[in-house]
Amino acid sequence: MKKFTVAILVNNQFGVLNRVTSMFRRRQFNITSLTVSETESESFSRITVQSEGDEVKKEQLINQLYKLPDVCSIAELDNVDTVGRELLLIKLRNDPEVRGDIRSASDAYEGKVVDYTKDSIMIQMVGDSRKIDNFINLMRDFEILEICRTGLVTLQRGATTIRRVTNL
Amino acid sequence: MKLSGSDIIVRTLIEQGTDVVFGYPGGQVINIYDSLYKYRDELKHILTAHEQGASHAADGYARATGKVGVCIATSGPGATNLVTGIATAYIDSVPMVAITGNVPNSTIGTDGFQEIDITGITLPITKHNYFVGSIDRLAPTIREAFRLAKSGRPGPVLVDVPKDVQVAMGDYEPQAPVEADASSAAKDIRIEQAAATINAAKRPFVYFGGGLITSGAQEELLAVAEKIDAPIGCSMMGISGVPTDHPRFLGMQGMHGHYACSMAMHQADCIVALGCRFNDRVTGDRAKFAVGTKIVHIDIDGAELGKTVTLAHGLRGDVKKTLQKLLPLLEQKTHLQWQTTVAHLREEERQGTDSRDGMTPRNVIQILNRYLQENTPVATDVGQHQMWAAQYLNLKKTRRFISSGGLGTMGFGMGAAMGASMGTGERVVLVTGDGSFGMNLNELATAVANQVPLVILLLNNGVLGMVRQWKTLFFDKHYSNTTLDARQTDFVKLAQAFGAQASRALTLEELETALDQAFACDGPYLIDCAIDKDEFVLPMLPPGGSMDDIITRIGD
Repeated sequence: MKKFTVAILVNNQFGVLNRVTSMFRRRQFNITSLTVSETESESFSRITVQSEGDEVKKEQLINQLYKLPDVCSIAELDNVDTVGRELLLIKLRNDPEVRGDIRSASDAYEGKVVDYTKDSIMIQMVGDSRKIDNFINLMRDFEILEICRTGLVTLQRGATTIRRVTNL
Repeated sequence: MKLSGSDIIVRTLIEQGTDVVFGYPGGQVINIYDSLYKYRDELKHILTAHEQGASHAADGYARATGKVGVCIATSGPGATNLVTGIATAYIDSVPMVAITGNVPNSTIGTDGFQEIDITGITLPITKHNYFVGSIDRLAPTIREAFRLAKSGRPGPVLVDVPKDVQVAMGDYEPQAPVEADASSAAKDIRIEQAAATINAAKRPFVYFGGGLITSGAQEELLAVAEKIDAPIGCSMMGISGVPTDHPRFLGMQGMHGHYACSMAMHQADCIVALGCRFNDRVTGDRAKFAVGTKIVHIDIDGAELGKTVTLAHGLRGDVKKTLQKLLPLLEQKTHLQWQTTVAHLREEERQGTDSRDGMTPRNVIQILNRYLQENTPVATDVGQHQMWAAQYLNLKKTRRFISSGGLGTMGFGMGAAMGASMGTGERVVLVTGDGSFGMNLNELATAVANQVPLVILLLNNGVLGMVRQWKTLFFDKHYSNTTLDARQTDFVKLAQAFGAQASRALTLEELETALDQAFACDGPYLIDCAIDKDEFVLPMLPPGGSMDDIITRIGD
């Protein structure tokens, strides 16, 4: 199924994330990635959500989002005009026989070793989702202890902002 | 001025133009009820028998008047008892403000006595809801609730006020009632594109739902139908949107819609759909609905456009304002062949119409029609009686059919009928069934206490008729738990026990006598009207079926 990403600027109040995700749940929109953070303004939080479905489903999702009074602005973020990044932390078994291979792979992907013990290596990596997916797949040849990834954060290229859409 | 939170609640309701609230006291709204006592000359409070009745009453009031209906309940069970009424209002886009009390802020989150997360519970069934954590937010939040309830596509808004906020003192200055957000017509380019499609149609059909009534676009709709020479049909929520006897009106479409209406919509090459949402009771099998038909859909809620059916044109905007812009772009047409087709469908419907004598549902409703005045609101409950009312009532004015459409809430009628009467000042009729009436008959107490001029026409067949109909048709007559005769309720005695007047009608003559008395009576009057348990609502589009599967008669 086709994935799509929307950024949602919402009022920065308790319960707002719940209102947004509750709508996703009851109308059965699947969330493949979700990030929430504060923004340049205290008044707003930014939710970046990745979901999947056809064009009709995407339109329906955006229209339903606009009906929530706490939603201030929505931007559809396609891949061409946006920068999308995820942060990955991955912890692997530190085995003398493979640590060289792990480090070379990490270097090739511009990863950074952020923790190193006798038994474990932790690598930090920033990139688009595909790069992160690829690196994780590569690491499946080794013993992965733990993975944590942030989910997608996305901004439009150029001076366009999500707030420009509704002149906030 | 400095006022207590509870005074601010009542003063803000009055300021917003509220003249009556429906509710029930309790521990966490006790202060609000003290303020209601204080301001009793300015704001009438109707004590219902149960909070559900209060929520339906606020709903009925809003449907009949177009104003925001208001209900009040205490925390915990009081608040949860409102839920069905709020959900009913939500799915039918009825403007409502529900105010609930809650435990003090200091107790919130500790599972205090009668504490409930009502904002959490009502999240998916309100347009929005608020927990008012501090006194300074109280009046602004209530005003915001009114604005949201009546703006755009209307709906219910809940305001949860913890007890300490009701007790606290805060500043209050009266303000003018909030206006609904200005609505606009759809974009010009979209209207132009839609007009071209409509002008090219050979078999146009104008179809509307409850949104037409909300928008007040009856005049514009009739003008469009006249200009493009189209028959008119509606969803159940649209009933009373145009006069039943208008020559272009074919009635209700859908699962139990009028034959000519459903067939004409099926055969149309262009449907101009206004303020409606094409739910499953309208479309049947979506894959077979309006195949090859160009649908032009105008709705104020953009999320309804293309939600269930594929559109030729989706126009997001106020129906009335959009039609005003559309009208000059439409060409005056005469579709003689289409007129002939529709006339033929009408004749087929006429020939198939139930013409039996005696206490048939059709005869009962038609006798009732003779007693209805132009302004008489008719409420219903949910089930077979509701469909018979929808099919056979003759209504002249808009907002005079008060019925739970989307949620199909049995037990809606008693509260809604009383609310409609109090909102309009008119005698109201409730057409109900023994199943639905059994759900909230406790509100007879409210009707008696307030001497509501309420005619209850109870179509008593001793069964849950709509379920029985399905059981007969699709479940090999396994009448599992749908037969009520073991109950042995004497509805006449029951009504009398509540202090209402009542009589029984076993024949059409007795029905007329009873209606004579009921319409002359000051307070509530119940007519226990005997209907055979095997009456069917016809036509019937089987669930998930298409117009090809329509059932118009039942063989033995």
